[in-house]
Amino acid sequence: MAPEHTRCAPERPSYSQAVSKSLFDKVWDTHSVRELPNGQTQLFIGLHLIHEVTSPQAFAMLRERGLEVRFPERTFATVDHIIPTQSQARPLADDLAESMMVALERNTQQRGIPLFDPESGDQGIVHVVGPELGLTQPGMTIACGDSHTSTHGAFGAVAFGIGTSQVRDILATQCLSLDRLKVRRIEVTGALRPGVYAKDVILSIIRRLGVKGGVGHAYEYAGDVVDAMSLEQRMTLCNMSIEGGARVGYVNPDEKTFEYLRGRRYAPQGDAFDRAVEWWRSMASDPDAAYADRITIDGNVIEPTVTWGINPGQNIGVNENIPLLSDVPDDERPGFAEALDHMQLRAGQAIVGTPINVAFIGSCTNGRLSDLREAAEVAKRGHVAANVKALVVPGSQDVARQAEAEGLDEIFRAAGFEWRKAGCSMCLAMNPDKLKGDELCASSSNRNFKGRQGSPMGRTLLMSPVMVAAAALDGKVVDAREYL
Amino acid sequence: MAPQAVERITGRGCVLRGDDIDTDRIIPARFLRCVTFDGLGEHAFEDDREQAKGNHPLDNEDMAGANILIVGENFGCGSSREHAPQSLLRFGFQAFVGLSFAEIFAGNCTALGLPCITLDKHDLAALMDSVELDPSQEIVIDFRSDQLTSRAGTVKAHQRPGPKKQLIEGSWDATAILIEAGQEIEATANQLPYVRNFQ
Ligand code: SF4
Repeated sequence: MAPEHTRCAPERPSYSQAVSKSLFDKVWDTHSVRELPNGQTQLFIGLHLIHEVTSPQAFAMLRERGLEVRFPERTFATVDHIIPTQSQARPLADDLAESMMVALERNTQQRGIPLFDPESGDQGIVHVVGPELGLTQPGMTIACGDSHTSTHGAFGAVAFGIGTSQVRDILATQCLSLDRLKVRRIEVTGALRPGVYAKDVILSIIRRLGVKGGVGHAYEYAGDVVDAMSLEQRMTLCNMSIEGGARVGYVNPDEKTFEYLRGRRYAPQGDAFDRAVEWWRSMASDPDAAYADRITIDGNVIEPTVTWGINPGQNIGVNENIPLLSDVPDDERPGFAEALDHMQLRAGQAIVGTPINVAFIGSCTNGRLSDLREAAEVAKRGHVAANVKALVVPGSQDVARQAEAEGLDEIFRAAGFEWRKAGCSMCLAMNPDKLKGDELCASSSNRNFKGRQGSPMGRTLLMSPVMVAAAALDGKVVDAREYL
Repeated sequence: MAPQAVERITGRGCVLRGDDIDTDRIIPARFLRCVTFDGLGEHAFEDDREQAKGNHPLDNEDMAGANILIVGENFGCGSSREHAPQSLLRFGFQAFVGLSFAEIFAGNCTALGLPCITLDKHDLAALMDSVELDPSQEIVIDFRSDQLTSRAGTVKAHQRPGPKKQLIEGSWDATAILIEAGQEIEATANQLPYVRNFQ
């Protein structure tokens, strides 16, 4: 390790880089502390986000070893997975949830870590809160004990989902021991047609590259479609990188990124902001950077997309039919049969018209303001079908406030949707929002695994928030473009 | 708990067929409402086992007491919950053998000193068949020679070099190693413009 830091002068540093590199490589190199004897890299983590599920055991391990938190100012906490979305009054009705809440409060207080709890007005899903407070910034390394940490890559950060032992590693050292990833550039060309969203783009990418296609890779998303996306859409795109097997997904920062961050609470202010922009720009991939491989996806032909199976790669355009067994490669056939059996669907059948029981709009994939605005446009045009339970769950208290200021809550309520408080809700089964029996849920979340939404027999169809809203009104899967 | 070197694992296998088995199936989310990992062992694969009504491999009496879980492709995909390997560890598994493992799952395993070994496709198929025919047979995984021996023969057992080194040296507990960097951590941090608030 060159003693670079001794040269770190107070005058304005120059950020020009000689060799062409991808953003991933630049971030990796600037954050690498040293090579470890096992061949991995010790990587400094600029922002550590924690929540109630994966942190209590990590704090317990610290206590066992008598270790301090090395950089308490670089860790921030929120509560999202277990928090009920109806009443958040304390003590929480579920004793286990209450004990997790208490543990988080105690651990963060003892260690001097800010906690965005419901009282603070800043609470929400960790991957919604980080960006909206301006904590998530380009060129950073970010880690969180949650696999959807890839979301933060929308800002040009390199963000890793980690396990609890690694949460302990970061608390104790602000570092992780990691293998360098290969970088795959995925260019989505052309323009999305009306009614097609970032959710459809990422589901199409996963269908094409497979649920394990990204193992060992960081995905760099680029191309005209990605350039045209808002930061919120880019978050949806990066969020589901993990469903494609890639631990990291990112988009190079651009003017939209900087404008999004300007004025946010934890973003640099005043002159420091201008200096930050200069550095952020310098961290973007060089035009002639080398990649492990490149994939091109034609954005013009992407359709509103729906999953029919039990992994996110098992998806089709809404007007397509479920594949036939003869279309499926031999080694995927057992999984194919298992998926159809669980979903109570048939090979070759249309997905349009499939009756649903529950509609869920929310999650770190699609619980931000723009998602709710788009879904409200559909909700305006009808009423939730009589036999459907429909929930709208804002991703954070801030999203809820903004949506309420625009009257979106009223639109949803008038259309028969329940308007809830911020949390992970029905994305996973750790709070009271759950499927029952073999209910079928049209969901804007990210995982359609067996049992994911709380009932072992429960069934999930992943789709965009607009498609969920349309399914709620019709009581069945429908091409939402009929409403637009 | 000082990390122990893992050079060799001997024991019996339990065959769990199927690809893309995700962490929601390994440990359903409702069991994550806890502040310690204690007691997770009994809930491993709970929903799958209940649906299989006694026919799940983890409930197969012939495979009871097995310490090596033999799986298919992309095992452990999905959520980053360390509760998944923790529950399997507490159930009694000390090693996983499969075609491939999801990245975060494999990292979590390494942090717990649990090896994730991959075999070539035909070797894995032969091992699965053999263990199902004779679950009482002894399986030996030797990490130094990268070999797995069963009644189906001795085959190449692949492991990524980093985790392998950590396991055989007993250096899989990363915290201790990361701490050794000392002030180099602060030195790296102080070179980052954002750590200095762009001053
Ligand atoms: S919304 Fe779902 S995927 Fe996102 S953090 Fe919460 S549980 Fe995880």
